[in-house]
Amino acid sequence: MTKRQQRMMAVGALVLGIGAAAALGFTAFQKNMMYFQTPSDLIAGKASAGAKVRLGGLVEKGSVTRGDGLTVKFRMADCTNVVNVRYDGILPDLFREGQGIVATGRLAEDGAFVADEVLAKHDENYMPPDLADSLKTDAGHSCAPFKSAMQSAKQTEQ
Amino acid sequence: MFAELGHFALILALAASLLQVLVPAYGLVTRNGRALGVASSAAQAQFFLMLTAYLCLTYCFIDKDFSVAYVAANSHSALPLMYRISAVWGAHEGSFLLWGLMLSGWTLAVSIFNRRLPQDLAATVLAVLGFISMGFLLFMLITSNPFERIFPVPLEGQDLNPLLQDPGLIIHPPTLYMGYVGLSVAFAFAVAALITGKLDSAWVRWTRPWTTAAWAFLTMGITLGSWWAYNELGWGGWWFWDPVENASFMPWLAATALIHSLAVTEKRGLLKSWTVLLAILCFALSLLGTFLTRSGVIVSVHAFASDPARGVFILSFLALVVGGALTLYAWRAPKLASEGELKLFSREGLLLLNNVFLVTACFGVLLGTLYPLVIDAFGLGKISVGPPYFNAIFFPLMAPLFVLLGLGVFTPWKRGNLRDGLRRLRVPALFALVAAIAMPFALQGKSSLVIAAGVWLALWTLATAPIELIKRIRAKPTFAAGLLSVPSSTWGMTLAHTGLGMWMLGVVCVTGYGIERDVRLGAGQEAELSGFVFGFEGVKESKGPNFVSDLGTVVVERNGSAISTLEPEKRLYPSQGSVMTETGVDVGPFRDLYVALGEPIDKANIGGDWSLRLYYKPMIRFVWLGGVLMFIGGLCSMMDRRYRLARAPATQRSTGHAEVLA
Repeated sequence: MTKRQQRMMAVGALVLGIGAAAALGFTAFQKNMMYFQTPSDLIAGKASAGAKVRLGGLVEKGSVTRGDGLTVKFRMADCTNVVNVRYDGILPDLFREGQGIVATGRLAEDGAFVADEVLAKHDENYMPPDLADSLKTDAGHSCAPFKSAMQSAKQTEQ
Repeated sequence: MFAELGHFALILALAASLLQVLVPAYGLVTRNGRALGVASSAAQAQFFLMLTAYLCLTYCFIDKDFSVAYVAANSHSALPLMYRISAVWGAHEGSFLLWGLMLSGWTLAVSIFNRRLPQDLAATVLAVLGFISMGFLLFMLITSNPFERIFPVPLEGQDLNPLLQDPGLIIHPPTLYMGYVGLSVAFAFAVAALITGKLDSAWVRWTRPWTTAAWAFLTMGITLGSWWAYNELGWGGWWFWDPVENASFMPWLAATALIHSLAVTEKRGLLKSWTVLLAILCFALSLLGTFLTRSGVIVSVHAFASDPARGVFILSFLALVVGGALTLYAWRAPKLASEGELKLFSREGLLLLNNVFLVTACFGVLLGTLYPLVIDAFGLGKISVGPPYFNAIFFPLMAPLFVLLGLGVFTPWKRGNLRDGLRRLRVPALFALVAAIAMPFALQGKSSLVIAAGVWLALWTLATAPIELIKRIRAKPTFAAGLLSVPSSTWGMTLAHTGLGMWMLGVVCVTGYGIERDVRLGAGQEAELSGFVFGFEGVKESKGPNFVSDLGTVVVERNGSAISTLEPEKRLYPSQGSVMTETGVDVGPFRDLYVALGEPIDKANIGGDWSLRLYYKPMIRFVWLGGVLMFIGGLCSMMDRRYRLARAPATQRSTGHAEVLA
């Protein structure tokens, strides 16, 4: 092989390698991207069944019930809609009723949301910014029980 | 008074940084040696002023001066002294002050150690560093002044974020900042090379120790952060692909590429403009990391400031500095012609491939970190990219890198012989293969293809890491003479590569064999995990200096004999109303037993059932041990004798700048 050919080979190998890496990256991307949704989005059917989503909302007051072991059920709400959530695991330190949380998981056949991860940030005033955005339009009825959370949302904005 | 003094010192430091930029720039244009010399003095003055400002803020914290807004927001009268001192960098404003102090510290070090550098180069480096410092000082004074007073003065502070009240957090940020900021020295040298148009092996020898030092600190900072997250967050993980972790990891990947491409540039005079580009990239990524962390565009445990004005400032500064450097690069880089030719199968060729993989991995991480922001900015929805993405892109790219590492260490510069290499490396490769298949079965009783592949990569790295060392020892007649003849850069390389192998071994084992179980236990009940019996003895209340806690007791037994008593804790810090999980960990060289308290199932009755996390983490210590070895390796490398500037020609000092500039 001449030097020129050799160099072309090397360049070809590099292009091939980077191409493969890019393909790998984009496939991984497509599979692992999670959309953020509110309970209303979920009910409107924006998530395809079985797709992993991040659900942001407020934990409705008085909705948390414990089952056997570590199973827990609660309802997550935005200003207009409510979704039942099932979770089997340890809730984070700042999980409280009336607090904004983000749950990662899938929509089950029965319309309930099955979470594999529940996140609440280590900050009393924390409100997931996506959620704070989605709560800005005060649609009325179901926001009332979450007044404290709404206030903290406003504090975060200030 | 001290707050005003500190504020005043900051303003003076800004003035000093202006001098540090303008006077040497004038000196460069007019070829005035005395003007060039001002750079050092300005750098020293600036360091002194930054130190004054920093000590003033520290004093405000020690003195519990809640009239300073930053102190009031991040301290409390019950906060222990140790944490009052570390609280200085506990939030946005103060961490920038620490950042500025470190930048001026690095600049001071450059001005002291590089006295023997050609005057124009030294002055240019200092001027570039001064420019960066000026940007950060302006940023501090305009958008985030740590010395701002508040009125009325609050009676009590809001306390330091409890997450930061941990010994790991005392050393993690300063170490990481040392690394981040150190990369600006590499950047300054790169810009100086572009301006002076000279990039020879002497330049590389001046640049390498600084870059290696920055890389070593960055490695250690990331390692400490990982260790802290494991202890403090209570999730038992050591890496989360959190955007802010990525913000420190991307510069690390680029810096790793840079220290390897610098080696090629030093030994073979190749890849010159690529090296300069990488140095610019490293610095750009560390500025980008600052932007991501400080602008509030991402939500994470680390992101404590969210002020759009700050984000805009940093982004503009990033655009100015990096844009300027890249323009300079486009204009001047063609001058940095490389000498000689590059053969693919030679050490330099393999190091080039190493760079390709590292930079690709870096861009993969960058894509995953920035994509959600871009999508959000265009209003196309809110998405997040989880750890599976990063794992899927990172590990496939790392695997060939590990294979190349073994080949590269073996292959000589200039020309290598692939067939000869494969023949000689047969032994370590086969040894690693046999061990990779047998070891997991022998120790854990099960294995998988992924685990075997991972263990093979780790063992292959460990087996090939000392090749250069052994070669050098064998070259001498006796072992002792050989040992003494090994330069410290070879020790450094061997240690760092060994560290990488250890890290890989730790990662594979903890990922493949780690067990995580969340259980519900009442006092007196027990749970079994991988042969260990965790007996829960209930929770009692206890009190700390600024918190109250529920203290659990868990006795771990194996085959009937007690191994350890763990005391996981749930702390409530009333001043912030926040709850913290303190884990109970039984540390062993080959496994950790990790217990974290979840929550009482019935909130009103802490004597009842609790949820607990029980983790068995095999080899997790190797993950951090690997990082520590890389750190030590980095320090060894930079101590190498050939980097000492003893042989600088005397003429340059006596006759000043003229011939240097000619």
